[in-house]
Amino acid sequence: MQSLNPVLITDSQPIANKAFLLQFNRTFIFKPGQIIGITTQKEIAPRLYSICSTPNDATVSILYTIKEDGVLTPQLSALKAGETIWITQPQGKFLFDGKPSWWIATGTGIAPFYSMFQSGQKPLKLIHGGRTQNDLYFHQEFQALTDYIKCCSQDSGNGIYAGRLTKYIDEQESLPPHINYYLCGSAEMVVDVRNLLIKKGAEYHQIITEIYF
Amino acid sequence: MSKSILFGKTLAELNEICKQIGLPGFAGKQIAQWLYQKEVYSIAEMTNLSLKSRELLAQKYEVGLEAPIKVQVSADGTKKYLFQAKAGNFIETAMMPDNDRKTVCVSSQVGCKMGCLFCMTARQGFQSNLTAGEILNQYRSISEWAEITNLVYMGMGEPFDNIDEVLKSLEILTSDWGYALSPKRITVSTIGIIPGMKTFLEKSNCHLAVSMHTPFEEERKKLMPIEQVYSLEEVIEHIRAFDFGLQRRVSFEYIMFKGVNDTPRHVKELIRLLNGLRCRINLIRFHPIPDSPLQGSDDETIMEFKDTLNRKGIITTLRASRGQDIYAACGLLSTKELVKKQEKDY
Ligand SMILES: Cc1cc2nc3c(=O)[nH]c(=O)nc-3n(C[C@H](O)[C@H](O)[C@H](O)COP(=O)(O)OP(=O)(O)OC[C@H]3O[C@@H](n4cnc5c(N)ncnc54)[C@H](O)[C@@H]3O)c2cc1C
Ligand code: SF4
Repeated sequence: MQSLNPVLITDSQPIANKAFLLQFNRTFIFKPGQIIGITTQKEIAPRLYSICSTPNDATVSILYTIKEDGVLTPQLSALKAGETIWITQPQGKFLFDGKPSWWIATGTGIAPFYSMFQSGQKPLKLIHGGRTQNDLYFHQEFQALTDYIKCCSQDSGNGIYAGRLTKYIDEQESLPPHINYYLCGSAEMVVDVRNLLIKKGAEYHQIITEIYF
Repeated sequence: MSKSILFGKTLAELNEICKQIGLPGFAGKQIAQWLYQKEVYSIAEMTNLSLKSRELLAQKYEVGLEAPIKVQVSADGTKKYLFQAKAGNFIETAMMPDNDRKTVCVSSQVGCKMGCLFCMTARQGFQSNLTAGEILNQYRSISEWAEITNLVYMGMGEPFDNIDEVLKSLEILTSDWGYALSPKRITVSTIGIIPGMKTFLEKSNCHLAVSMHTPFEEERKKLMPIEQVYSLEEVIEHIRAFDFGLQRRVSFEYIMFKGVNDTPRHVKELIRLLNGLRCRINLIRFHPIPDSPLQGSDDETIMEFKDTLNRKGIITTLRASRGQDIYAACGLLSTKELVKKQEKDY
C-alpha cells in the first residue's frame, strides 16, 4: 500500500445536498487534474479523489458526495476541522495540455476541471451534467467562462439546458475539428459520451478520459 | 425470508456460521468438504452432519448452486454459458477445450467500470460485484466442471475491483479443504489496479496476467482510462519489485489493433520496457465490436510481431480465437441479453 500521512482537516462544509468540500493544509506539490488517496483510518483502504484546489493554494480542497452505503464517505462527512485524515501522495495523469478542448463532466467529475480553471486554464467549452442544478457544483464561478453549458436531466429554468448532456452533444450539428475532449465522471457517462463523440466524427485519440470507478 | 447461500463461503466463514448456530467445531470443515469436494446440492445430503445440525443449518442456509440458464456451443467446441445474476442481469462464462486441456473463463463482476475502448462489457456499464459463490458457481455448475484443467479470470469485469470476493474464490479453489487445485492452473487478469494487484500478489500464488495492449503511455490512455490513474510503468515497477519465484508466472495480454499498436516501434518499446523481466506476451486477435473505431491487425503483421519478439527473447504466443461464431468477445452475449437498462446516473 502507498504510504499514508496524517493531515489535519482545516474545514469541512456541505456545499449542496450530499456534497461536501473538505480542506486540509497542503504539504505537497501537485498538478491540476491529479488525485490523492484519502482515508479516515489506516485500516480502511484509501479512496481516490480529484484535487479541486490549485497548486498555489495553501489548502487542498476535495469535492465529494456521500455514498449512503459506502464505507468511507459517511465517515468522512462526520469529521470536523481539527480532526485527522490520512492521505497518499498526489498521483495521476489526467492533465490538461492547453490545446483547444471541450471539458465534459458529470457530478463531482467537475473537480479536476475546477482545479484547472482556477489555475488559469480554460476550455473552449465546458459541459457539466447532473440531475438537478444542485449537482452543478461551482456553477457561479464557472459563469466567467464564455461557453459554459449546464445540463440537467431533471431540472429546468434560467440558463439550464433541460436534458442529459448526451442529448446536448447529440444535438450539435457538427463537432469542431481538431480539438480534444476531456471527460471526467462515472464510467457510464464516460462510455456514453465517448461513443457519441466517435459517432459524431471525433477520433478516439482526441478523447481523454478519467473514470471515477 | 430468503436463505443465505453456503456455496462460496471460506472455511473461516463456515466455522463462524457453525459457531453462531451452535454446530460443533469440526462441522465447518465437514460442510466445506460437502460443498467443494462432493457433489451435493442440498444440506440434507450432508449425511455426516447430525440430523439436528442439518436442520439447524437449513433453517437459515441453503447450498445455492445455480444452473446456467443458457448455453451456446461454437463449431470449435467453445461453450458460452449465461448465468442469471440479480435484477435481470447476466453473468457470462466461457469454456474452451484444447487438446487435453479444458479452460473455464470466469467473470468477476456483472458489467465493468473500467471503460476500455475496445471492450463490449464496458458498454454495459457496471451492475454489481459477484460474490465468491457466484464466481465459483461458473466453474462448478457447468457440465464439464470435473474435467476442467485451468481457470482464467478473464471474463466480464476487473477482478481487482472486486478483490475481496476474488481472493475468497481463489482460497476455496486452492485450499486442501476446498477444490485443492494447484495455483499454477489459475490465472487472474487485470488492467493494472495496483492496490488490488499488490494484495493479490501477497495473498495468493496464482499466475498474474496484465492487459497491456500498448507500451506507450499516451496511446494506452486513449485505449484504457486506467492509465491515467495507475500507469503501466508503475504496474511494471511493482511487478519487478515482487519475487515471483520460479513457479509463478506473469504474462502480458496484448490485443492487436491495426495501425495502432502493431508496428516495429511497438516491438522496440516492448523490448525496452520488459527488459530483464521473466514474463511472456500473449497476443490476441481483435474482432471488432459494433461501431468500434478499432480494427484487428492482419495475420501477416501479427506473425511478424510475434516472431520478432520471440527472436528478441520475449516468449510470445498468439492466443487462438475461440468461439467467434457465438460472439466470443467478452461481454457481447450478456450485453445482448441485458434486457433491463438501468436509469442513468447523470
Ligand atoms: C480516479 C478517481 C477519482 C475520484 N475522484 C472523486 C472525487 O473527486 N469526488 C468523489 O466524490 N469521488 C471520487 N471518486 C470516487 C471515490 O474514490 C469513492 O469511490 C467514493 O467516494 C465512494 O467511496 P466510499 O468508501 O464511500 O464507497 P465504497 O464503500 O467504496 O463503495 C462505492 C460504491 O460502490 C458500491 N458498492 C460497494 N460494494 C459493492 C458491491 N459488492 N456490489 C455493488 N456495489 C457495491 C457502494 O454502494 C457505493 O455506492 C474517484 C474515484 C477515482 C477512481
Ligand atoms: S477489458 Fe476488462 S477491465 Fe476493460 S472494460 Fe472490459 S471487462 Fe472491464
